[in-house]
Amino acid sequence: MTLKRTPLYSAHQKLGGKLIEFGGWEMPVQYTSITDEHLAVRQAAGIFDISHMGEVFVGGPGAENFLNRVLTNDVRKLAPGLGQYTLMCNEAGGVVDDLYAYRMNSTDFLLIINASRIDVDVPWLEQANAGQAELRDLSGRMAAVAVQGPVVAKFIDAALPGDACGGTAVQKISELKKNQVGIFIFDFSTLYVARTGYTGEDGFEIIAPTEKIEAVWNRLLEIGRPLGLKPAGLGARDTLRTEMCYPLYGHELDESTTPIEARVGFFVALDKGDFTGRAVLARQNAEGTKKKLVAFKMTGKSAPPRPHYGILANGRAIGQVVSGTQSPSLGVGIGLGYVPSEFSRPGTPLEIEIRGKTAPAVVVPKPIYKR
Amino acid sequence: MSNIPSDLKYTKSHEWVRVAGDVAVVGITDHAQHELTDVVFVELPAVGRQVKAGENCAVVESVKTASDIYAPVSGQILEFNATVVDNPALVNTEPHAGGWFFKLKLSHPEEVNALLSPEDYQKQIDG
Repeated sequence: MTLKRTPLYSAHQKLGGKLIEFGGWEMPVQYTSITDEHLAVRQAAGIFDISHMGEVFVGGPGAENFLNRVLTNDVRKLAPGLGQYTLMCNEAGGVVDDLYAYRMNSTDFLLIINASRIDVDVPWLEQANAGQAELRDLSGRMAAVAVQGPVVAKFIDAALPGDACGGTAVQKISELKKNQVGIFIFDFSTLYVARTGYTGEDGFEIIAPTEKIEAVWNRLLEIGRPLGLKPAGLGARDTLRTEMCYPLYGHELDESTTPIEARVGFFVALDKGDFTGRAVLARQNAEGTKKKLVAFKMTGKSAPPRPHYGILANGRAIGQVVSGTQSPSLGVGIGLGYVPSEFSRPGTPLEIEIRGKTAPAVVVPKPIYKR
Repeated sequence: MSNIPSDLKYTKSHEWVRVAGDVAVVGITDHAQHELTDVVFVELPAVGRQVKAGENCAVVESVKTASDIYAPVSGQILEFNATVVDNPALVNTEPHAGGWFFKLKLSHPEEVNALLSPEDYQKQIDG
């Protein structure tokens, strides 16, 4: 299979990005070092290419009802210009994808879906839709960057000046509040700018037509560099989200794992009426689940935990690591894994099996990293 | 541009070897540390262990991944670098000096002849 390239491919090459395969895409894993890029995002700012992610337009008078039946969160809570984290489940409550849903106006929505799930999600949505809503997969025509970090709000308006012409009505991008989205004009094109991200830091995700994304990327880098903005790759994106315990599809979430098990039940609106997967999720929410996602930290000096390593308690195998790395912020090994619910309380001692030996760890509250 | 000291021998799997008499010191190359970046953990072979040329005998972990390190030549481990175990970042900052991994006593000294010269290693990483 040929790997897909984003419109920023040549920009990554020029910046010395080290390219790897990710979900069928050739993406930069790092430019200088994961630790440097991670710390830039925590202390100043980083810019990520997220053009591989999918964009689906859902519009028309039937869109709200349709989305509320196919997604777990309640889109009726969204005022125009506001977004929410949500999930799409199958009848068994398993996660088809996790995504962001933005309401652009009274009838129209924009869904941001995982790159690796576009080919599953779009037919899933089309089949569930049955003509109630207008559905368009814009993934091939849209590209995106995420600019994240504590100094981003100081340069975003200088980089992308102007007021919103849609979504939340603001005079400048930095006036957007968390989860708000606005439509802005850049070089005669439409940008969707949302104050959200996947790092735990303040920041924005900017969606642009593919032919304009390199100009947006270059503009942000030019204006942000003096304040410490660095290009950041998927490596740092993964360590940042792991410290925050944000799920990554294919690791914490899959079609046989439910949002209740993954402990993202806050984004499942059981009270909104029926939706796909509701029966199972309501039962699990009431009765509890056999397994749960936990966050853990290594307690002694050890190699970092990695996905698929075994988790033990009192010498007995009880589960598996789904995400694990060395935390650049904390300097210790951290991870997420599924264990039987009786082992999920913070403070519970665990052991991680690393190359045939075990190393001590402990269940910790989420997020693992706090500002 | 990688630093490839001319007094060392090399392997295709990016280890360097410094031979003095029947003792060899082994580490990973500047090119390797640059590719790995952010070394956070090093696991080294115990003193006394017999290793064969090409045997997987150590592990170096970066933030992103774990990589196996292979014995460039056969022999018995005489010493490992406890300092680099405590401070794995030395692999990045001084790969050919303070970042060395282990010393071994050569059991088949003729194997040294099969190692890459600095010029051949340079060609390999350019290739």
